[in-house]
Amino acid sequence: MISLARSTLNASRRMAASATATASPQFQLASRSMSSEATFDLTGSFETHKLETAPNNEITMSKEELIGHFKLMYTMRRMEITCDNEYKARNIRGFCHLYDGQEAVATGIQAAFSPDDSWITSYRCHCIALARGGTVATVLAELFGNSGGMTKGKGGSMHFYSKENNFFGGQGIVGAQVPVGAGLAFANKYNAKPGEDMNVAIGCYGDGAANQGQIWESANMASLWKLPMIFCIENNQYGMGTSIDRHSSHSDYYKMGNHIPGIRIDGMNVLAVKEGMRFVKDFCGKGNGPMYVEMMTYRYHGHSMSDPGTTYRNREEIAMTRSTRDPLEFVKKTMIDAGFADADEIKAMEKEIRKEVQKEVLKAKEFPLPAPESLFDYVYAKDLVAENQEMPNHIRMPNYEKSFWAS
Amino acid sequence: MSHVRSIPLLSKTLRSRFHRGARCWKLGQCRYQSSTSGAFQTRYDDDQDDVVSSFGQNGAFPNSIPEPNLDALPGPKTSMNLFTAINKTLDTALSTDPSAIVFGQDVAFGGVFRCTIGLREKYGAHRVFNTPLTEVGIAGMAIGYASTESTAIGEIQFADYIFPAFDQITNEMAKFRYRSGNQWNCGGCVLRMPCGAVGHGGHYHSQSPEGFLAGCHGIVVVMPRGPKSAKGLLLSSVRSKDPVIFLEPKSLYRAAIEDVPDAEYEIPLGKAEILHEGTDVTVVGWGAQLRTLAKACHIAQNKYGISTELIDLRTILPWDVQTIEKSVKKTGKLIISHEAPITCGFGAEVVATMQERCFLSLEAPIKRICGYDTPFPLVFEKHYLPDEYKNLEAILDVVEYSK
Repeated sequence: MISLARSTLNASRRMAASATATASPQFQLASRSMSSEATFDLTGSFETHKLETAPNNEITMSKEELIGHFKLMYTMRRMEITCDNEYKARNIRGFCHLYDGQEAVATGIQAAFSPDDSWITSYRCHCIALARGGTVATVLAELFGNSGGMTKGKGGSMHFYSKENNFFGGQGIVGAQVPVGAGLAFANKYNAKPGEDMNVAIGCYGDGAANQGQIWESANMASLWKLPMIFCIENNQYGMGTSIDRHSSHSDYYKMGNHIPGIRIDGMNVLAVKEGMRFVKDFCGKGNGPMYVEMMTYRYHGHSMSDPGTTYRNREEIAMTRSTRDPLEFVKKTMIDAGFADADEIKAMEKEIRKEVQKEVLKAKEFPLPAPESLFDYVYAKDLVAENQEMPNHIRMPNYEKSFWAS
Repeated sequence: MSHVRSIPLLSKTLRSRFHRGARCWKLGQCRYQSSTSGAFQTRYDDDQDDVVSSFGQNGAFPNSIPEPNLDALPGPKTSMNLFTAINKTLDTALSTDPSAIVFGQDVAFGGVFRCTIGLREKYGAHRVFNTPLTEVGIAGMAIGYASTESTAIGEIQFADYIFPAFDQITNEMAKFRYRSGNQWNCGGCVLRMPCGAVGHGGHYHSQSPEGFLAGCHGIVVVMPRGPKSAKGLLLSSVRSKDPVIFLEPKSLYRAAIEDVPDAEYEIPLGKAEILHEGTDVTVVGWGAQLRTLAKACHIAQNKYGISTELIDLRTILPWDVQTIEKSVKKTGKLIISHEAPITCGFGAEVVATMQERCFLSLEAPIKRICGYDTPFPLVFEKHYLPDEYKNLEAILDVVEYSK
């Protein structure tokens, strides 16, 4: 018990003391012009490793853009809370890994990237699917197991994909997406037009995955061949139920590479994420090789819905993070202080988004269940095994009101 | 359990006559050519209505390409061994598909089995290159590259090294199309690797992992038996819309020599091939084992007058149930032989399916003549392998049983 308390206290202290994770978001409005644009100071948001250049210490953003980021992040937050409620209402079954607390990471990366950049991530992918062009209705329909879902109900929570948005999902095996991401980076390099920057590939994974052998393998290949690969560690301080102090002998993940440079970004500040990723995309796209990007972030929920999230960390820690480092509160404060919106306007936006999300949930529930025959769809390029397999009459689809034996 | 019995049945003279020491055995000299269509003797006419199994009218892959008639192809034929046939096929793949890349350990100088000789000089270092010693990285990178509608031909140096990459194969490669609802696929991915016994390989250079791979639904597992089939199967594997694991029997790289047509041709995946038709016993195998089985069938025919039907499965997953079923319903007796250990080897799957489908046609229990349930041995290799005597004994046993 004592060691648990001490380690969580250390985690809190470390976060407070770290230059990139300030106790209360400090920023100075560097300048404000009347034309609904402002420049924001980002000093202290970045730490670099083996890099001679660094991201800019300030970012200029227009009102529309910042409000857009806020709306996306708030939609993500409401969606994840809805998933929590629906899971507890037993409408979503199986595994469900929620992303709330980490919204700034997904939003910032999407803001800095072009649609031609490839993105592959782990199972904690609801919000990234949303950022990459998904809608709340298709995300939730997939979670409900309906045919209107992003992958027609075949994948569920951990498997969102979108071909038109260059989003490669959604992987269940920890770390397995990273060598695949190296392949995507290879494809980007192979298909790059001479004289132009390469499109990048980003592989997101957690601090728990950071010590997987296959990541070292991919990093070696990416560095050897100077692939435009971004190794993005979403460091939310806990690998499922084990804090980084206890599962990692070296928890400065951005310093993982010796030849590979790294950068640590304050993942609770969407402006810092956007500017940092702009810098990283530029660096990697110009053929300088891969980079480790460590996003300092936090998740409010447990690892998954089966994990209360409090057996290995303090409730005080969660509350403290919510009150001092919450990415949504930060954006709200930023908008108010920059004069982009006042408190009432923000409240109105929030109300509207809440209504919208509720509407989307109802829409998602209306989709029909997938046909039982679709179990055999897409195993191979042309379906061929359906006729060979028998489906018993009592097959259970996610509608658990139906009895075990269909009569 | 016939596979644990010793093999004293044949006299010493016979054994020395059919000694399998020949190094330069020419498959082309085997008198059993691949079958073309033709009427065959049905023994059990009343089973005819059941012959077309539920796999579909055209066999395992309903959309598969037709079986090429190799003798009717235009152009000359060249006598070549297995690694040359594979080399030429890789050359064709690289020249016809600008996105194709060949990579793996040591492929740049030509590969440890010389399958990639000359390719780097011809196509450039950006398309034919070495990777570090990272099977997981090779498999994962192949999957990622292939998912951008490109062709990735990866080489794993020995099939024994595939096991670290098993997660990538099972959880990424096999499920890529399925889990994304057909939005993404890694069909352009081919992982080639040498497999099987080679005489001195020992534990880690002799394994045949097709049994393990057969549980990964979503990939295709292919094993050719010689240069002619390797060329056609490799080309259709590279062009297939599904990811393929291409297992090359390493003992045949130099030893198997055939007259391979120069023209391009593709052999359909998911279809077995009947090497010679017969009426008494169905004998099924794949890869280098066909050579052994052909010898056993030869002795059975010439010495004992037993007419065997020898079938090369060619594709392990998904396998051609219909062809085997049709044959077993005709002969009533089945023997399956493979180098991999008997328990949970792929032969077990064939047995289970055939007893389910052909129960009333069977005249004898189905026999599996396989490796023993041990790690692949070094000094005991000759004793371990399912050689032609063990198979001949099995053929004689089932014929005897059925009388």
